[in-house]
Order: sequence, then structure tokens, then C-alpha cells
Amino acid sequence: MSEITYRLLTKNFNETDPLSIDDYISRGGYSSLKTALAMNELTVINEIKESGLKGRGGAAFPTGLKMEAVRLAEGEPKYLVCNADEGEPGNFKDRYLMENDPHQIIEGMLISAYATGIRFGYLFIRGEYAKSQETMAVAIEQARSRGFLGDNILDKGFDFDIEIYTGAGSYVCGEEFALLVTIEGKSGRATYKPPFPTTMGLYDKPTQINNVETFCNIPHIIGMGGKSFAEIGTESSKGTKLVCLSGNIKKPGLYEVPFGVTIRQIMQDLGKGIPNNRKIKMVQLGGASGPVIPETMLDIPLDFNEMRKKGLAFGSGAVIVMDERIDVLDVLKRIVEFFHHESCGKCTPCREGLTQLLILLDRFIEGNASVRDLNLMTILMDTMSDSSICGLGQSAPTAVRKVLEYFPEEFESRINDRAVV
Amino acid sequence: MQVKDILEKHGRSPDKLIGAMLAYQRTTPCNYLTEDDIREFAKETGLPESRIHSVASFYSLLSTKPRGRYIIQVCRDVPCYVNGSLDIVEELERMLKTTMGNTTDDGLFTLEFTSCLGCCDKAPAMQIGDELYGNLTSSRLAEIIKEYRRKRHE
Repeated sequence: MSEITYRLLTKNFNETDPLSIDDYISRGGYSSLKTALAMNELTVINEIKESGLKGRGGAAFPTGLKMEAVRLAEGEPKYLVCNADEGEPGNFKDRYLMENDPHQIIEGMLISAYATGIRFGYLFIRGEYAKSQETMAVAIEQARSRGFLGDNILDKGFDFDIEIYTGAGSYVCGEEFALLVTIEGKSGRATYKPPFPTTMGLYDKPTQINNVETFCNIPHIIGMGGKSFAEIGTESSKGTKLVCLSGNIKKPGLYEVPFGVTIRQIMQDLGKGIPNNRKIKMVQLGGASGPVIPETMLDIPLDFNEMRKKGLAFGSGAVIVMDERIDVLDVLKRIVEFFHHESCGKCTPCREGLTQLLILLDRFIEGNASVRDLNLMTILMDTMSDSSICGLGQSAPTAVRKVLEYFPEEFESRINDRAVV
Repeated sequence: MQVKDILEKHGRSPDKLIGAMLAYQRTTPCNYLTEDDIREFAKETGLPESRIHSVASFYSLLSTKPRGRYIIQVCRDVPCYVNGSLDIVEELERMLKTTMGNTTDDGLFTLEFTSCLGCCDKAPAMQIGDELYGNLTSSRLAEIIKEYRRKRHE
């Protein structure tokens, strides 16, 4: 393994039996829980704030602030939800975390719940992840039998338990409100914000909802202290990031790196480059909802601020490499079809916008597009981004938009001057 | 198994509904919920039939149309696509003599596309029931299908 990796969340991977709680404990597991329970709840939240941890599900909201908001919110009971509805194409980190180190997630949820004053949590796992569900169910049962879950945990008078909730196949349910209404037994459709889940979430009660990877960071922050954690990474981005490397790459897989390494380092040093010495055409960051970048931009570091400055984001950490053989518009069509299929259909800009975007893309693919179609497409995408209810519709056009920005010739070369306007 | 028995086991609160519907569907011979099933769920939970139908038709793991005993779901997203998922689809269609979205004449297999299975480091990938298969090649496909055909007689 190259030195650009940093094993924090993945330190137990391939070193322990995921189904053995003793293995987890022998490598320091649940000691952060003990540390936290000996601390004042507010001190725990302050450690998280000091660590600079930001949400790993894609939105990068400061975790400590979210915890503080839930703690201060009025209404009982409060709920904790771990979002393991991983469905963004190109991402598989949450699956690896659940199947390789399930107790790390439980410990993270426990410490969060203690700090925010929550007594019950759901672990929402996507329906397609059968092995993750089995592994987590075993781990939760083990934690209960050892007194880490249930009433009066470690004799500290703290009660908390976790129930697994299984999804039924829907990408939009990764969106926090759609996920919460799914738990309520409804079809998963998004809702306008605010109010945010921190004040009005599950059953209209204050809810802390975070991604699996976010929870996994928490035991490490308590273990080493927020200050030490903040020394890993860069000024704006603290800690490590799990990167899911896939596509046309020699060594696809899950890699943990400190923030600050570049996309090129990830592809070359860890992924060992493109097979058969082919050239890179483009790389998609974050997943289907993320931007695509050309080869010339690969030296950009994994850093929230640096990315934002260039109008980019790396979402939940996917890096999808595409070599010179691909047809760019063909790939775009796949991406837009994905969103078209997964749109919940509630709001018009997303539901109808995606239908129209597919029609326009087809015109370019078939060589029947006019200059007017190019303008129309831009207006359509702006409307979708500005007025869709949730992140799905807002971010669905990202890849198309970035191709227009970085690879305009892909569209321009297919305009037919004689197309009927 | 009856809808009633499943609900006894899972519980009747709304947060148990989707899990109960998935569990019930698994017990049906053709992997789907009939209109009668939906009515039964409505009656047993006291929720409106429209609400049950809305759930049954919204989620891709629930079906309101009959399907085969084994559902083969091939990932259609970009990481699998750039690693030849369409060749896998072609091969499956040829082997099973049916097309995507349809069921084989013997009722054994249904071919479906699925959104990302979270197996992108082993692309191209597919799932049959709860089993995940990655790094697919045509020879591997032939073995897998043979295995399921053999299983039928067990």
C-alpha cells in the first residue's frame, strides 16, 4: 500500500473478523465510548466541533453543529438515523464499512446519541445490501449482549438501542427527508426545506441523520481528541476520506486517503493508471450526480474549498475513470436515464425536466440537433437546478453541464445546421 | 403464508409496512404483489388501499407484475457500463432466450436492469436474489446460470 493512504476508518479491514466483537475490542474498540460516557455531553459535542468533521454523505455540513442543533431542539423523543442507503452510482464505501467493521458504526452512533440526548436510532440500509444487513444485525446483537446497547449502558445510566430498517430499492431515499418518510412507511418522496430534520425530522421530531462514514469518524475523534484529528488533512477539510475508485482503471477499489491528495495521485499511485496505456477521456467525481473533469484538471486536491472554487465537488467520494474509447454523449445519456428512472416524480422541474433532457440528448446523439437545442438545454438545466425540491433534480444535470463547459465540441460537432428549428 | 401472519411477525405499525411487504413478496411463487394482496394489506393495517398501492409501485424491489423465480438484476450505471455491462446483457439474453424486462418461458428467470449495486470495483456486476456476482465474463455467466438451473431440481 502506498504512503498516500492513511488507515483510520479502515484500520481493522482484513485485520479482524468483522463478526467478532472481541476482535474489535482487542484493537481498542468501544474504548472511545467509555471515554465519551465519562465526559460531559457538551464536551463531546465540542470535541466534534473542534475536529472540523464535515458530513461525508456529500453535503459536507459540519457534524458538530448538526449535533448541537439537535441537542438544543425542542421535542421528544429525538431520533438518530444512520443513512446507509448508499445508492449513488460509483460508491461502495458504506458497504465496505458495514461488512468489514460493523462495530465502528455502532460505536459512532452510540457516542452521537449520548452527546445529543437521543435514546433510539435507526440504521437505514438499502434493500440491495443483503450481506451488510446480516453483518450489522449480528453486530448489533453482540453489542446488546455485552451491554453496549440497551438500558443503563456501562452502568452510566445511558439508554440507547438501534433498529435496522431495510430499504426497498429507491435512490431518492438517500435524500434525508425521503429516507425519513420511508421509515414512516410511505413512498419516499422529498419535502421542501426548511424545516430541517434537526428540528422536524422523523415523526416530526428532532432528528440527527448522518452518513455511515461520518459516524465512523466519531470514535476516532473522541479517541485522539478533536485537536489531533484536525491535524490530519487540509485547512478546510479535516481527517481522511474514503475514495471509491472505479471505471477504466487497473486497480479499482476502496482507498482511504488524507484530504489534500490529488485525483491524479489516487488514479496513478493507488489505481495504477489506465489499462492498456489508453488515454483518459474524463473522470467523474462523486457519482452520477457529480461533475466530470478532463485530464488537465486531475491535479486538483481532495479538498472542499479547492473544489468549490472551481465549481466542483467530490460528493461522497466516488472517482469514476473513463478512457478514450467512450462516447461522451452515450455516457451522459446513461447518467440522465438513471435520474429519470430514480426521480420520485413529485416536482415538475425534476420529473418533466429529465424527460425533456433525454429528448434533447437524443437529438444530439442522432445528429438532429440545432443551435437552438443547445440554448434550450441550458435553460432547462438551469430551471431544474433552481427549482427542483431536492438534491436529485438539482444535481441531475451536473454532468451534462460540465461536458458543455469542458468538452463543448462533443455537442457542437453534432449540431446539424439543416436541422428543423 | 398469509398477509396476516407476516404482519403478526413484523408488527402492524407503519414503520414495519415496507419490510412486511418485502417479506410477503418473497413467499409468493411469482415474486409480486397481486391486487388482492394489496387489498389484504390495507385491510390488515387499516391504511388506505391507495397508500399500500403507492408503496408497492414506488419501490423497485416490490413488483405489481408477475416475475420469475430468480430475478437477475444487471447494473446499468456508468462504472459497469464502461466495463462492458452491455455485453453481459447481450450474453444473458442469448443464453436465456428472453429480453430485458421479461421472464423465461419456464418461469425460472426474470431479466431486469438495476441501479448501481455498490459493487463498482468488481464491474460488471449483477445480483440474483441476495447473491452478488462481480467481475462477470461470459464463461462465468454460463456457470452461474447452470448452477441456478440445477438448483431448481433440489
